[in-house]
Amino acid sequence: MRTALRKAVPAAIPFLAITIAIESLVRAGWVKAWLVPPPSAIFQTIVRDAPELFRALAMTSFGALTGFALSAAFGIAIAVYLSSSRAIQQAFYPYAIFFQTVPIIAIAPLLVIWFGYGLRTVVASAFIVSIFPVIANTLSGILSTDRALRDLFSLYGASRSATLWKLSFPAALPQILTGLRIAGGLAVIGAIVGEFIGGQGLGAVVDVARTQQRTDKVFAAVLLASFLGLALFGLINLLSRVVLQRWHASEQN
Amino acid sequence: MTEATTPTTSPITTGVALRLHQVRRAFDSLPVITSFSLNVDAGEFLAILGPSGCGKSTLLRLIAGLIQPDSGTVSLSPADTKFQTAYVFQDPHLLPWRTVLENAALPLELMGVDRAPRLAKAHAALADVGLTEAESRYPAQLSGGMRMRVSLARALVTEPRLLLLDEPFAALDEITRFRLDVSLRSLWLERGMTVIFVTHSITEAAFLADRAIVLTGKGGIVKLDRRLNLPRVRNNDLRVNPQLALETQALLTAMEEES
Repeated sequence: MRTALRKAVPAAIPFLAITIAIESLVRAGWVKAWLVPPPSAIFQTIVRDAPELFRALAMTSFGALTGFALSAAFGIAIAVYLSSSRAIQQAFYPYAIFFQTVPIIAIAPLLVIWFGYGLRTVVASAFIVSIFPVIANTLSGILSTDRALRDLFSLYGASRSATLWKLSFPAALPQILTGLRIAGGLAVIGAIVGEFIGGQGLGAVVDVARTQQRTDKVFAAVLLASFLGLALFGLINLLSRVVLQRWHASEQN
Repeated sequence: MTEATTPTTSPITTGVALRLHQVRRAFDSLPVITSFSLNVDAGEFLAILGPSGCGKSTLLRLIAGLIQPDSGTVSLSPADTKFQTAYVFQDPHLLPWRTVLENAALPLELMGVDRAPRLAKAHAALADVGLTEAESRYPAQLSGGMRMRVSLARALVTEPRLLLLDEPFAALDEITRFRLDVSLRSLWLERGMTVIFVTHSITEAAFLADRAIVLTGKGGIVKLDRRLNLPRVRNNDLRVNPQLALETQALLTAMEEES
């Protein structure tokens, strides 16, 4: 608990400093309040519109988490499959890269046509933007398995699946977790994009508030969305610590 | 680990004899081994010396069956026993997510031995290298020398008849290395397996082996093949023995002509 506090304090200082700076600039009249709302106004909006905002946050969280969970599951499974042979990699990896390069904003309207308004579009959008880092990191982790250990496994007649589950996969865990960490943030972005078009959650709140020139509400929603991203990141870090605590150097101390 | 004392009881395993006949192996059409022939007796302790890049590691991988020769033959006798070969790498290469005991038991696990007997054997192998108290620790919690001992225990756990070591102690400090040399020599005396020890340390080769061969820098050609006239039981007293200096001198001369 004390270490958590000690880690939180340095991060809170810039946040407070920026908050105070913006507040002073706006109050002094140097920045127009309708361009950048003062933090106090954003805070008031969060309190006043709490039921609406937190309901929206819950929907976004659900969409982002579902999309993230699907990316994690399918991303790891696809990478394991791709790792099984060079030919398979050459045949399918280019299509995996497609997920990284696809302009999600451009295809979001298509998702609505396919999946309709609501959660399914949001999940699909979160899934599409977050799966690639899972595939790429898992695959590179599995492929970079120590050659000496591969030799050792083959010396004792280990089957392909024994080599995968007892060697390559656990050895790739640090990289898999890195992929998940990146995917977590992207899933939140993907969910918000999906909501812009799919019409629910924080994305929809931002879209509506924008048309009403309610910059305070836009900021309030954006702030909550970034907290969601942070929370997801923290969750994956926690998972990473539990999984790797004993053996991986980056988790020591 | 205690210093080697008297020759103990009769060996628990018998070594295999090894015969390489005109072995050739190239990588990307670059020959690493060209027409290499060698006979090793059962139970022999052989050191292979040579400059970096002379094909020592390739030779060991060929003997272990990890790679196949392009031409020529590698034969072990008796050849029938499966899993009779063990391999120790330059670095310990342990699985960091497994305890010391589970690491030492890994070969038996891969061979399909049940949990209870394999842990018992791993326990015994760790005792042989003087590591029983560290069994439940993880590799990250061990010193370099201890990790190398685990690696050695992992190789010994299957009671191999042929033990191949590829510059195993090269990365360790000298004191640790001296201790491990003595340990290895006494383990060999107890077990009676055939040992092939690749090194680029002339003194280590002379201290450990009964026979040493020196390879040339190109194609793995044998430059010198020498039986070392040293006592069977070896401990650190031997390090200041003039006889060791003479043997080292002979190997050094061959190495120098080489470079």
